[in-house]
Amino acid sequence: MATRVLVLLGTKKGAFILETDPDRRSWELRGPYCETWPMNHVIGDPATGAIYGAGGNEWFGPAVWRSTDLGATWSHSSAGLAYAAGEEPIKSVWSLAPGKGALYAGVQPAGLFRSDDAGETWRHLSGLRDHPTRPEWQAGGAGLILHSLVRDPGDDRKLWVAISAAGVFHSADGGETWEPRNRGTRADFNPEDQRYPEFGQCVHCLVMAPGMPDRLYQQNHCGMYRSDDGARTWQSIEAGLPSSFGFPAAAHPRDPGTLYLLPLNGDSAGRYVPDGKAAVWRTRDGGATWQDQRDGLPQKNVFFGVLRQAMATDPLDKAGVYFGTSTGAVYASRDEGDSWQCVAEHLPTVLSVETMVVEA
Amino acid sequence: MVAVTLPGALQRLFPGAPRRVEVAAATVAEAIDGLDARWPGMRDRICDSTPAIRRHINVFVDGERAALDTPLRPASALIVLTAISGG
Repeated sequence: MATRVLVLLGTKKGAFILETDPDRRSWELRGPYCETWPMNHVIGDPATGAIYGAGGNEWFGPAVWRSTDLGATWSHSSAGLAYAAGEEPIKSVWSLAPGKGALYAGVQPAGLFRSDDAGETWRHLSGLRDHPTRPEWQAGGAGLILHSLVRDPGDDRKLWVAISAAGVFHSADGGETWEPRNRGTRADFNPEDQRYPEFGQCVHCLVMAPGMPDRLYQQNHCGMYRSDDGARTWQSIEAGLPSSFGFPAAAHPRDPGTLYLLPLNGDSAGRYVPDGKAAVWRTRDGGATWQDQRDGLPQKNVFFGVLRQAMATDPLDKAGVYFGTSTGAVYASRDEGDSWQCVAEHLPTVLSVETMVVEA
Repeated sequence: MVAVTLPGALQRLFPGAPRRVEVAAATVAEAIDGLDARWPGMRDRICDSTPAIRRHINVFVDGERAALDTPLRPASALIVLTAISGG
């Protein structure tokens, strides 16, 4: 048995897998998989070793792909992954999260589905679809997408989702009923007296701190935030960062005070890394202070962005940190962000980055 | 029997599906039902939940563009094509 470290990539044209050992110095790339479909989110379920891919193809519609042999072979299904006849059809699957024996999928237009048979069949959790605020939800630039799916590892009934641009919603009953949880997050695109609505914020990414299920972080279109009460209230943590705009956020695997962000230069300034220099920004104190991590990252004429699901950490000690760019490069840190190396380039636009460590 | 021709991109999603297959059907919808019975999930790749033939899939019957309710003759030729799409 050997420990295999997998970095799972969803791209605009297929899924790819980067593989290494726990030393994380030498990398091999495999792919493309999933018939080069756009793959919005590729995840590993460490409980089973299965890899799942969420995507949608212009020709063939949405599906969840599955591999039970670490990517060698794949199957796909969308059985039950549909709204009722006459409603706007699902265009694509955007996000996946494994639960205790379950698999959740977030889709576009925004909705939540659950599978209890490893992605073979799906059932609609209609509470979001039927939420009284839904007629007022507005689509973000990528459409009305449910892109972040967070569950409490200790209580499978507790779920949080993030929808662009409806905001954060919480369910305490496994997805049957939902309430918006956006207090304290801004909507700068609203009229001045409506900047803090109950819902309608453009949340870009939502993650949970390890070991503290009431602590959540979010990167928003309008700022970065931390909540310590299960998203009931949010505090800005953007002081000390080079901008209030960005897409991804990645939590540390063990330290609830450590978070990684990759701010971009602003929503109307090209959405590149600031000043044409790449940096990952790390906090060790829950967002009170920030340090820019640049060692090994390009520092001249850099005009890439990093999308909302395209940054992740691994569970090793020291934690690895990874991000994929709009220009098809993947950067990796094997020392919690202190230093970086480019481990893949010339890929299609990277849409998602996740990790899985397996004994095989 | 209706002669159905499948596009290569669809065949690759269902290993073992041939380029040409014969089904007994009186409408395009019934023909797609027949395909789905032999290769579960194929209906979802050709049709959305409206239900309708997907926007970027074209189905031709005897040379004419067809919809789900288009009738078929016993000797009809049904061709499924992937339309221009992507970037």
